[in-house]
Amino acid sequence: MKIAVLIKQVPDTDDVRMDPEKGTMIREGVGAIVNPLDLNALQAALDLKAASAEAAEASSSEGTVITMGPPKAHEALRECIATGADRGVLLSDRAFAGSDTWATAKVLAAAVEHTGPYDLVLAGEKATDGETGQVGPEVAVLLGIPFSTYVTGLSFTEGKIEVRRMTEEGVQRQRLPFPCLLTVLHALNEPTMPTLAGKKRARRSEIPVLGISDIGLSPEETGLKGSATRVVKIAYPTISRSTEMYDGKRADEGIDRLIEVLKDLAVI
Amino acid sequence: MTAQKSFFVLGEVRDGRIHSVTRELTGKARELADSVGGRVTTVLLSGGLADSPEDLFRYGADRVLSVEHPSMTLYNQEIETNVLAHVLREEQPEVVLAGATTSGRTTLPALASKLETGLTADCTGLEMDLETGLLLQTRPAIGGNVMATIKTPERRPQMATVRPRTFRIPEPSERKGELLTPGIPAALFESSIENLGFDRVEDGAANIADMDVVVSGGKGLKRPESFRMLEELAELLGGGVGASRPTVEAKWMDYPHQVGLSGKVVAPKVYIAAGISGAVQHLAGMQTAGYIVAINRDPDASIFRVADLGLRGDLFDIIPRIIDRIKTEVNSR
Repeated sequence: MKIAVLIKQVPDTDDVRMDPEKGTMIREGVGAIVNPLDLNALQAALDLKAASAEAAEASSSEGTVITMGPPKAHEALRECIATGADRGVLLSDRAFAGSDTWATAKVLAAAVEHTGPYDLVLAGEKATDGETGQVGPEVAVLLGIPFSTYVTGLSFTEGKIEVRRMTEEGVQRQRLPFPCLLTVLHALNEPTMPTLAGKKRARRSEIPVLGISDIGLSPEETGLKGSATRVVKIAYPTISRSTEMYDGKRADEGIDRLIEVLKDLAVI
Repeated sequence: MTAQKSFFVLGEVRDGRIHSVTRELTGKARELADSVGGRVTTVLLSGGLADSPEDLFRYGADRVLSVEHPSMTLYNQEIETNVLAHVLREEQPEVVLAGATTSGRTTLPALASKLETGLTADCTGLEMDLETGLLLQTRPAIGGNVMATIKTPERRPQMATVRPRTFRIPEPSERKGELLTPGIPAALFESSIENLGFDRVEDGAANIADMDVVVSGGKGLKRPESFRMLEELAELLGGGVGASRPTVEAKWMDYPHQVGLSGKVVAPKVYIAAGISGAVQHLAGMQTAGYIVAINRDPDASIFRVADLGLRGDLFDIIPRIIDRIKTEVNSR
């Protein structure tokens, strides 16, 4: 079983504080982490690898983590290797800068084809910074393979993979053939921590850095040029509303006000 | 002459029922179309409709394209993508909108990739730029602290998903329209993905993304049992219970209840936050709610900065009083 895990390095939102004056985020000094849901994708790969090792095909079992990002994104790959991934591939090139989700998907799909073939491609459902959840399905279509999303459970049956996907109203069960791509949710598993031996191995690992020509893309296909969308404006809304405050002594008044609002909004 | 601009809405059908986000987006597409002189088409893919598709004319659709096929009784991302790609290639619309639901957020990126065009997720603002005729797609980024406005200058269609409840459902009008059942090549209903079944979640209260009211608790509740109080309040208000990440990590509540960047993003009419301090990661999941009530002891808690109504004090005193007041109100009718 050959598995590719697509990961992204994101700012550590637990580190993020708000500027109380401006109501904007303080981004300086914020650490970078592996996108949390991508760790669930990695864990799924490690679990599947362990399961197929039991089925006596250990030698052919391999988990590859792939990321597109700046040179420092190798840190994220090393963390995944320290946790149990076999190898990492970093896609880093100025030509990739400014990619929207589609242009990013083209780079990742090309890298999957270039470093593969894989039986399974896994990714987190979305990243905590962009929060689009689009790259996974976009990569699947570019690869021409079936995919599923919001996966909270998976198992193998008769050479296929069965998934449980969490929707608004329940859990949908689907069966997909190999190769396929799955985006996963937090509820799928508990990611394990890197081990000491793993960290040692990660430090020594060679991480190939692939640029645009290595994966056979042209400059028109990726980066800003290869993106379908453009950001035309960025606004920093102050998130404070005009708050009616009622403190302890005026709690009754505050509750009266709440009841009034609930009636106005036809909630009660 | 240039053809009329065509606006498409991908409706959402669950169990044969047309979900309200369909009316919401049909209404929004009507507004966009009217600003530039265009027509609105709503597409419904289903295994069979229980609701009347003609109803959508009253919310602004000029046409409804309904495709019914047993293979779409349960959501199938491959079939939906292929059928829609076929329809859109024939119709060549300018704009395609869909709900940012689990199915919309699955089908649309696959469709955009297939049609080689752009897609903007979770838009909270959509308008036509009257100069360029382009769709301006505004979405929150970085946990809602930045609003980015995005356009798709060259490729078509311009595609966006919208979180349910972002826009107001218009008042139904007397408008009439055309119901069409386009012919789809049979091969497009074949799929390598087999649907094995659907297990409805018994805990309906966990479906907080679809609720008008969400009552959420944080570590200020002190004990997991205190969530009972919030459950009672939520039930009285016909809503669901949300939870902050620390309470979910402490296993006081299950993950489906988690509100925030790493959980669900909710935009109910009323959001009540009890004992939640308001970490950025939580605020990102609820700050677009219609009316926000914060109950907290700490006057400096950041939750008050996003609240419309702040009740500073002991939640163990305040919430039971709110519950009593509501019961009195309801019983006096």
